[in-house]
Amino acid sequence: MLVIKDLHAKINDKEILKGINLEVKAGEIHAIMGPNGSGKSTLASVLTGRELVEVTHGSVTFNGNDLLEMAPEIRAHEGIFLSFQYPVEIPGVSMVNFMKAAVNEHRKYRGLEPLSASDFLKMMREHKELVGIDSALTNRSVNEGFSGGEKKKNEIFQMAMLDPKLAILDETDSGLDIDALRVVANGVNKLKRPDNAVIVITHYQRLLDYIVPDYVHILYNGRIVKSAGKELALELEEKGYDWIKNGDNA
Amino acid sequence: MFSIGVNYLSMADKTSTLSVRDEFVNLYLNNLDLITEESSELMNHYREEAIQYFRLLGIPSVKNEKYKYSKIEPLFGYDYEKYFAPKKILFNIDDIFRCDIPELDTHLALVLNGFYLPNRANKITELPNGIIMGSLAEASRLYPNMFKGRYNTLAENTTDGLVAMNTAFAQDGVFIYVPRNVVEAKPIQIINLLMSDENQLVQYRNLIVVEDGAQAKVLVCDHTLSPKRFLSNVVTEIFVGRNASLEFVKMQNEHNDSAQITHTYVNQQRDSHLVTNTLTLHGGFIRNNLFVTLSGEGADAQLYGLYLTDRTQHTDNFTYIDHAVPNCTSNELYKGILDDQATGAFNGKILVRRDAQKTQAYQSNNSLLLTADARMNTKPQLEIYADDVKCSHGATVGQLNNEALFYMRARGIGEREAKLLLMFGFVHEVIKKISIDTLRERIDDMVNRRLHGELSRCHNCLMHC
Repeated sequence: MLVIKDLHAKINDKEILKGINLEVKAGEIHAIMGPNGSGKSTLASVLTGRELVEVTHGSVTFNGNDLLEMAPEIRAHEGIFLSFQYPVEIPGVSMVNFMKAAVNEHRKYRGLEPLSASDFLKMMREHKELVGIDSALTNRSVNEGFSGGEKKKNEIFQMAMLDPKLAILDETDSGLDIDALRVVANGVNKLKRPDNAVIVITHYQRLLDYIVPDYVHILYNGRIVKSAGKELALELEEKGYDWIKNGDNA
Repeated sequence: MFSIGVNYLSMADKTSTLSVRDEFVNLYLNNLDLITEESSELMNHYREEAIQYFRLLGIPSVKNEKYKYSKIEPLFGYDYEKYFAPKKILFNIDDIFRCDIPELDTHLALVLNGFYLPNRANKITELPNGIIMGSLAEASRLYPNMFKGRYNTLAENTTDGLVAMNTAFAQDGVFIYVPRNVVEAKPIQIINLLMSDENQLVQYRNLIVVEDGAQAKVLVCDHTLSPKRFLSNVVTEIFVGRNASLEFVKMQNEHNDSAQITHTYVNQQRDSHLVTNTLTLHGGFIRNNLFVTLSGEGADAQLYGLYLTDRTQHTDNFTYIDHAVPNCTSNELYKGILDDQATGAFNGKILVRRDAQKTQAYQSNNSLLLTADARMNTKPQLEIYADDVKCSHGATVGQLNNEALFYMRARGIGEREAKLLLMFGFVHEVIKKISIDTLRERIDDMVNRRLHGELSRCHNCLMHC
């Protein structure tokens, strides 16, 4: 599904990614862990097409197509979804109008007619239950005045509405208490199918107790320095990032 | 579109013969019989003094601090026809114009080029609940007691030449009277139509009285129905009685060769409520002066404004809230989007007088500039002489939020659509203050179409500008 080859990228002339190789197949859950500043969020930015990151070398293909050539909205239409580390507040734009625009643009891309107002509201209702998001929240402006937990739940709600092929969860666990964490993780697990994939970007092992990965990769200083099964996360939790930094992990 | 260069050229042509000031004084003197004949004794009473003030003050120049950001003089550089009697209309106005806000049921007053259009030959309509609406000139003859002590008591002829000019020339307009304790849910709608085969200057006058305990909603819509150049100079005086409430919505929707200068004066008595919504959807040049005097304790004024401008359009909102007595509240929110080379200004003055303790006054003005050429001048001006007050003001001029834009694109919303959603979200904060549901929905729709680059004309407008 996703193939990253020798990816180098920089922000403001500072090289952040220094040769990433990664392959994600349908049905898999990958966790990318690493200390602060290792390049985790930059990788998410490259995959979703954020302009401030410049790819200097390497390739990324998604279902065989060159991902880097696509505008952010096309990547979304092709099935990439990013759960933002810091969801953006958009005053004046209601959740309903925002989601209606997003869902209908996805449909248009697939040659489908826009949903009728009643079908759309029905769809909203059904998916709200997944993360137990309050109706009062969907009547408000996008993320405006939402608590940290509500914002993250809202991300997973949007993920459910858009039904992506590849979901990238960027530090979705940050700022969540244990109850919200469980709700968010449950939502992700319910959406998991053999034909889609998830990349979980996280600093801590905590979230991986709930979203169990098939593979764990450790990103350090712009490279993946270690890949293994889910047990790697536990090992990392036990030994700490110094274990990686000191290079005695070989 | 405006062509400033051409304006100056024709100005130069004129000043070589007569100044604009002398030209209008002469126009007044030469047509005095006509002007007074079509009007009433009560209105004529103020003309002589007004023309003297006009002679003194002239057309405000940009050296006048109040008009710093709006060049008024070039607007008078064109040749305009001026009529001192309503022109005979040879068509049925219903064939030309029909307001098309679905399900919006209103009491309608039509004004053509500044003169009230009689409703089935009636210049005045009296509603069963006692509301009087109709021609200002006719009302001043029929109801002198409602006029005296009101007409021309708020308008500031002594400080603004344009107001004095209006007082000297205005012959008609709309009169609305809502008697004591009458609550009218159905909006009263004034539609100002401009239609002429020649360039035209129109100066008319409105007087609105909402008596103690009464409640009313007034909607004013301005339309140009022919492509000629129009210049409107309009004075409106509004009295809101004790415990009365008025919602005043003004929708400006004119073509790019039109210019409109409005002077609206509101006086509020004790515990009265005022909501104004000034919506500039389209227009070549617009200057709105809005003066609100809170003269009774407990009065509350909410002033909202929206401006959407592109090409070389210019919109300037000047507001002045006078907190004359204690315990009053005011809140002001003006928002707008400027595209292309559009220019705009907001000048919001709040005066809190020495005795006006416990005043609460808030003001904010936010503008989005879509291009590097668009320009916005914003000037909050708080003058506070009382010491126990809560006042704040804020102004922002900025671009669309890139983070929000990326967030929306990452959800699959294309860049253009995402920008439109953001812009709509930005201005909706003002639109949502309109309490008339059908009107609000309609304006949402018109603003949406305007942002999509279509002229936000009403469905039945025949203009293809």
